Amino acid sequence: MERASAAYENDLNLKATELRLGLPGTDESSEKQSSRNYKRSSPEMDNSCQKDEQKCVPASKAQVVGWPPVRSYLKNVLHQKNDSDLSGMFVKVSMDGAPYLRKIDIKVYKNYPDLLKALENMFKCSIGVYSEREGCNGSDFSPTYEDKDGDWMLVGDVPWDMFITSCKRLRIMKGSEAKGLGCL
Amino acid sequence: MQTDPNGPNPKKSKDSPSNSANTESTQSPSPFPDEVLEKVLSFLNSDKDRSSVSLVCKDWYNAERWTRTKLFIGNCYSVSPEIVARRFTKIKSVTLKGKPRFSDFNLVPQNWGADVHYWLLMFANVYPFLEELRLKRMTISDESLELLATSFPGFRALSLMSCDGFSTDGLKAIATHCRSLTELDIQDVDMDDFCGGWLSCFPEDFGSLEVLNFATLDSEVNFDALERLVSQCKSLRVLKVNKTITLDQLQRLLLRAPQLMELGTGSFQQELLPGQFGDLGIAFSNCKNLRTLSGLWEVASIYFPVLYVACASLTFLNLNYTALRSDEFGSLLAHCPNLRRLWVLDTVEDKGLEAVGSSCPLLEELRVFPADPYDQHLHRGVTESGFVAVSRGCRKLHYVLYFCWQMTNAAVATIVQNCPNFTHFRLCIMNPGRPDYLTNEPMDEAFGAVVKNCTKLQRLSMSGLLTDLTFEYIGKYAKNLETLSVAFAGSSDRGMQCVLEGCPKLRKLEIRDCPFGNAALLSGLEKYETMRSLWMSSCNVTINACQRLAREMPRLNVEVMKDKESDDSRADKVYVYRSVAGPRRDAPPFVLTL
Repeated sequence: MERASAAYENDLNLKATELRLGLPGTDESSEKQSSRNYKRSSPEMDNSCQKDEQKCVPASKAQVVGWPPVRSYLKNVLHQKNDSDLSGMFVKVSMDGAPYLRKIDIKVYKNYPDLLKALENMFKCSIGVYSEREGCNGSDFSPTYEDKDGDWMLVGDVPWDMFITSCKRLRIMKGSEAKGLGCL
Repeated sequence: MQTDPNGPNPKKSKDSPSNSANTESTQSPSPFPDEVLEKVLSFLNSDKDRSSVSLVCKDWYNAERWTRTKLFIGNCYSVSPEIVARRFTKIKSVTLKGKPRFSDFNLVPQNWGADVHYWLLMFANVYPFLEELRLKRMTISDESLELLATSFPGFRALSLMSCDGFSTDGLKAIATHCRSLTELDIQDVDMDDFCGGWLSCFPEDFGSLEVLNFATLDSEVNFDALERLVSQCKSLRVLKVNKTITLDQLQRLLLRAPQLMELGTGSFQQELLPGQFGDLGIAFSNCKNLRTLSGLWEVASIYFPVLYVACASLTFLNLNYTALRSDEFGSLLAHCPNLRRLWVLDTVEDKGLEAVGSSCPLLEELRVFPADPYDQHLHRGVTESGFVAVSRGCRKLHYVLYFCWQMTNAAVATIVQNCPNFTHFRLCIMNPGRPDYLTNEPMDEAFGAVVKNCTKLQRLSMSGLLTDLTFEYIGKYAKNLETLSVAFAGSSDRGMQCVLEGCPKLRKLEIRDCPFGNAALLSGLEKYETMRSLWMSSCNVTINACQRLAREMPRLNVEVMKDKESDDSRADKVYVYRSVAGPRRDAPPFVLTL
């Protein structure tokens, strides 16, 4: 465990704060045991940061059994939520005819026009949002998305907030398929 | 636990000739007939009071044991079913707790024990009028559930918390046979969920449920059966459904149960049409008695307005399953001025906790859980400033569970000055052994401030870099402390000794990964008999010392579990507890009973 060495007034307990690779509470003689006791899932230690703990970002986190003391039912729930809520909402975007897919963070955008502009920039094409009046706005491409139930939906029907919570991936449809959406 | 005020009768009879703790058989008659004494004692509910009463004299011991109807056993191995059966004859309600608490964190192997079956066999024999069974950290099999369901015609309430060993088949037996069931409460269990068909096993005309909690189950239940159940159970006050229940299903349930006091919703992940939105809002508004709200899986801020009316009277909001951002959380909280208890994930961050401080002046309990306990997203969550903000706005705070990555001594000192009434202070700095991040000093002064300021402190969990000084403080000041949890702390045996010598009310001591050795263990010989249990794992204790402890204190059970890789002399996991039943006979091979 990385820790800056510090001598403090009350107790020159330098041993507790010296730089070494064991967890606190073990002394050097039992260092070998400490790795057994703690049953780390990966043997590497964070020896990348030995200096100032605040500035450091550990390269890999070794896990200790039963620590932090969080109940397992909670962990299961949280892992399900992991990507979407904490680090942006990245969804894959496929464009008909393009050789590979892209990924965008839809949480970055505030509304549909923003999103479509970004997609147009990304794929160098013009994309129209379907509207009752104008159809697909005269463009050759229609944006569609897959929602949480697995259905493919036309982008633009639901309020933006609802869209970003239900969109799982985007697909920009092209040509005749797109035109088909305009006629009900 | 509060003690009931003693009535005039007990005090009077202290002068009676039969009052002597050492009386073997009382010759002189009691001042009043047994029936009167028993009638008086039947009003006593607190276990502590009943314990005291039973120690007065033999008459009182007998009167107490004949009138006790509620049995509370905090450690199922501290006493045996036979002893209980001999002493009490009229038990209607049983609470049993089994495994050590650290089993919640995978520190206790499977099949360790705490199986309730043997107890149930005894109950079926001796207490056929059993009505309630509440188990915590026990193992219960489907066979046991079947036995339970068929042995007690008046059985009413089953509560399983953190239990394991059973499946939905067992629940089927309960639903099928327990005709007077009022409570089925399943929380945090490790069970096999084969299918939701168990719910359909309630008889068609079944109407007695008051509490139904199946939030932790995964399988879909038959919704028609659930809807019928809910509409027929007119006294239903607690309903906590699982994730499979959708929003429009929830709306229909709420319409049938406007009397609900505690609601656990299903998943909010459903696209609602505007009309459905309105209907859901109306359904929530109809529930005028709602005090507790939980579940709320995948709730997003667009759904908050349907909850606002209900939020106004909420006293407990559990957002354990919902990763909210600080802004959305703040806007929800603005509608919850009456909250007393709040559980959240740390995704709300310090800003969210500031909102708690400003919106919830009546708050008494706060639990902040880590959304990312393994730190994959690098130290997000809450810090010391969030905690301080809450303490400034919520002066009635007395229970806190706080997970964070950094803390300072100064912050904790401020917090306990703002809130000196803490009874439960559980602080988990998730990096083991982390010092005060500003001063780089140990966190001794933080916990010192806690025990000095909070004289009513009953439970303390510590973390961060801690030397023996912390334990000196605890031993000196924490005179009401009953439960202490220690991890990655301390410098020497002296730490543990300070606590054992200084805390008169200590009942449970659980220690992991601390440099406490044999001297520390053996300094508490007599102390352990006054406690419920001691747990020590990954410390410096040897088997020899444990054997010595076992030899000198025959009324303690000393159990050791060894890790596979460690050398022969080490006692990797030690569990010591007082018992009148002797060593347990169901110990698995990996548990050495010394």
